[in-house]
Amino acid sequence: MDIYLILLLDVINGMASLFLLSLGLAIIFGMMKIINLAHGEFIMLGAYATVISTNAGVNIWIAMLLIAPLFVGLVGLLIERCLIRFLYGRLVDSMLATWGLSLLIIGIVTTIFGNTIQGVPTPLGGFSIGNYRSSYYTLFLLAMALVMIAIVYGVMRHTRLGLIARATMQNPAMANTLGINPARVYMGTFAAGAAVTGLAGGLLAPVSGITPVMGGAYVAKAFITVVGGGAAMLSGTLSASTLFGSLNQIGAYFTTPVYGEVIVFTAAIILIRLLPQGISGRFLKGNL
Amino acid sequence: MYHRLSLIAQALAVGLAAIGIALAPGYLEIFTLMQVTLFAAMAVLSLSLAFIWGYGGILSFGQTAFFGLGGYTYAIAAINFQDSTYGILLAIFIPGLFAAILGYFVFYGRISDVYLGVITLTVTLILFNVINSTSGDEYHIGTAMLGGFNGIPAVPTFNMPFDPASPLSPEASWWTTGSMLLIVYLGLRLLLASPFGRVVVAVRENEVRASLLGYDPRMIRLITFIIGGAVAGLAGALYVNWGAFVGPTIFSLSLSAEIIIWITIGGLGTLLGPVLGCFLIQYIVASIGSQQTFNSNLVLGAVLIIFVLLLPKGLVPTIRDLALWLLAAKPGTGRSVKAELNAASGNPHPVGAP
Amino acid sequence: MAELTPLLKTEHLTMRFGGVVANDDISFTLQEMELRCLIGPNGAGKSTFFKSLTGQQTPTSGTIAFRGQPIAGKLPHEIARMGIGIKTQVPNVFNGLSVRENIWLAARRKATPNGLPKLVASVLDLIRLTSESERIVATLSHGQRQWVEIGMVLAAEPDLILLDEPAAGMTDEETLRTADIIRDINQSRAIVVVEHDMAFIRLIAKTVTVFHQGRVLIEDTVDKVLADQRVRDVYLGKKVAA
Ligand SMILES: Nc1ncnc2c1ncn2[C@@H]1O[C@H](COP(=O)(O)OP(=O)(O)OP(=O)(O)O)[C@@H](O)[C@H]1O
Ligand SMILES: [Mg+2]
Repeated sequence: MDIYLILLLDVINGMASLFLLSLGLAIIFGMMKIINLAHGEFIMLGAYATVISTNAGVNIWIAMLLIAPLFVGLVGLLIERCLIRFLYGRLVDSMLATWGLSLLIIGIVTTIFGNTIQGVPTPLGGFSIGNYRSSYYTLFLLAMALVMIAIVYGVMRHTRLGLIARATMQNPAMANTLGINPARVYMGTFAAGAAVTGLAGGLLAPVSGITPVMGGAYVAKAFITVVGGGAAMLSGTLSASTLFGSLNQIGAYFTTPVYGEVIVFTAAIILIRLLPQGISGRFLKGNL
Repeated sequence: MYHRLSLIAQALAVGLAAIGIALAPGYLEIFTLMQVTLFAAMAVLSLSLAFIWGYGGILSFGQTAFFGLGGYTYAIAAINFQDSTYGILLAIFIPGLFAAILGYFVFYGRISDVYLGVITLTVTLILFNVINSTSGDEYHIGTAMLGGFNGIPAVPTFNMPFDPASPLSPEASWWTTGSMLLIVYLGLRLLLASPFGRVVVAVRENEVRASLLGYDPRMIRLITFIIGGAVAGLAGALYVNWGAFVGPTIFSLSLSAEIIIWITIGGLGTLLGPVLGCFLIQYIVASIGSQQTFNSNLVLGAVLIIFVLLLPKGLVPTIRDLALWLLAAKPGTGRSVKAELNAASGNPHPVGAP
Repeated sequence: MAELTPLLKTEHLTMRFGGVVANDDISFTLQEMELRCLIGPNGAGKSTFFKSLTGQQTPTSGTIAFRGQPIAGKLPHEIARMGIGIKTQVPNVFNGLSVRENIWLAARRKATPNGLPKLVASVLDLIRLTSESERIVATLSHGQRQWVEIGMVLAAEPDLILLDEPAAGMTDEETLRTADIIRDINQSRAIVVVEHDMAFIRLIAKTVTVFHQGRVLIEDTVDKVLADQRVRDVYLGKKVAA
């Protein structure tokens, strides 16, 4: 019995992490139709920002909830101004350039910090269910995922900013005639997507190995989650991360973690084949 | 007139390349020769993507899936048969077959471009994960242990065809790899000049128009993809022959990225560019690796960004355009020269439009 | 024997896009070697009709028979191979290839290897682009690209030719030539022409079908149609205003 509770916790953990990991990519893809292949490196930068400021004596919560998103958001802003804005409407070129960016960031971080860095301990401690142990941090990740859903939903639905963003997403030319400057909307969106990704990196810092190349492990998963989810950034990402996150954990439980991933990737391929528009394109039309 | 000149120039270049391949061992040290052999194997891989992406418009993020499959197929076959001949043939056939199955699924399922990238990338990850987890003794094919993340060591290298007792010397290995590169290059060139090649480019240019003329774009793309897979498989065999080793990192995403860099820098929509880009980048990476002041990721990333932003056509087309411009600038020649040269060079197609 | 099988026959052909009914219960018959003009105001559903005929979209309901063979739901290349060729409304050519290659790609499906060069040369001559034949199509003017596309349709030698606004953007002289060419190829093939230019219609038309809001409004000889009050109301009135 206890083992199923633990499995349930694992599944929740898988879903929540995948959602947090993918949300920033989904925001950028959903709003700007840019696939940011440096997404994994944004996660890595968030993790590094957290670890370095924690090791420098900053409170870990401040480090991961404030410093990581702020830092990566600023980096995103800079990158949008220097690179991305020249590539709007050029999907393939933007993928190539962000792939180059990903290598560049890895190179810079390796040059400065070397190949490894001292991690941070997982805060909050653990609890036991029967003979099994789990950590409160898992539940915290779930809470953070829910908070992020609420924030994105609230901003998009109930603020002027969200309205402008949605209008631009629907029809940039029309938004332009209404006095909205799409360039500024895109700039803000990219920075916001980067900040969300930085937050994900900060949140994952205590539970993952921190290396300059850690992003590689995440980018493909985030990529298939966003594509599998389709154009609706919130409901799409949520449904796809629920599906893939639980498949991953349940698959890993019954086979091995490696095959858990294989199952997810296979499921993603089948999903794209059956629903080329993603889950949200087929079932959740018109949703956020 | 220009057409004929250009043909003569091309024939001369091929002849020179053949002579260069033949004479290289006499001038290069053994270490350099080995390195150039590796570069040539990788250039074959570069050609495989140059063909399907540059001419077929199919951007595969996972060309290493076929490369790796070719490498593993070669290793397993070579160990089992103790004769590289079958290994090489199978290393072409099995990835081609895999490309046929995957391509049928993708192209006949009308999956669009971006998703094709996702799917090929994902397949590569699956292969990596699966092979990585085969470290137990129970994972073997015939007498070949798969070895999981440790890979397969001591793979028999090439021997004289059907004569396992005579393995190739490093020089002969170079001759084989170098001439394979030349053969693949010429083969693709001829293919592109053939009616089928024209249709491949036509489908890339305008799929709707091609289908309204009675060409089946799904079939054309599938065949293109299969050829690319088979060539990448051959490259895998050449690569494993070079190192006598194959491991799961052959499926790595960073290698997939590197192929795309070779092509972007050399020039998408040409065959020569990706070969030159491959040699250039590999040379740079190798030099960086040996001196440790610059990080190779840093350099590669910066180079890729600079090219996408400032020189999106790549080196070879840029140089060609420059040459054409200089020629056309001469009074009295003008546009028709450019047109003839364009037609003669065989790759006048602006590919920048995605 | 009863009547011959018509070349093309659609029955109750309907195409919906969400709430828009672009083609509504269209029954249309075309005989071998016929030349038909299809007119109607903007948005009447003419291009949509052509798209269903060429397999670019699958009609919501209804049937299409080409020489008695059902084709609704077939793929574009299958229909093209059966012998239907189309010049689409938006120019649809191989921009990165030369003029000659464009024509050659169209011609080679049907022509014999021996006849191929001659066919390509004669089409290049017909569309008056022989001197430009090595130029990349993207570098041509809009009007010349239009000709390239017409040339491709002719080079493929289909039995039924659909032309969606062939004279759009052409000079008067070119329009006259187009009319000549259409009358000429009509000696051996059936053609359906969509046009807004009434002078052009008068030059070539015998029978005219008028579409309005997705339906067939009237189908008769050119004089009767152009004299019809309903047609004036929905179409000519609009045209004058436009
Ligand atoms: N793919 C589509 N999705 C939604 N609506 C469409 C689509 N294609 C056509 N329509 C609609 O169907 C109607 C008919 O369009 P169609 O292009 O067939 O008109 P047309 O008679 O060719 O007009 P024109 O003379 O301007 O070319 C229009 O209202 C158009 O908006
Ligand atoms: Mg129309």
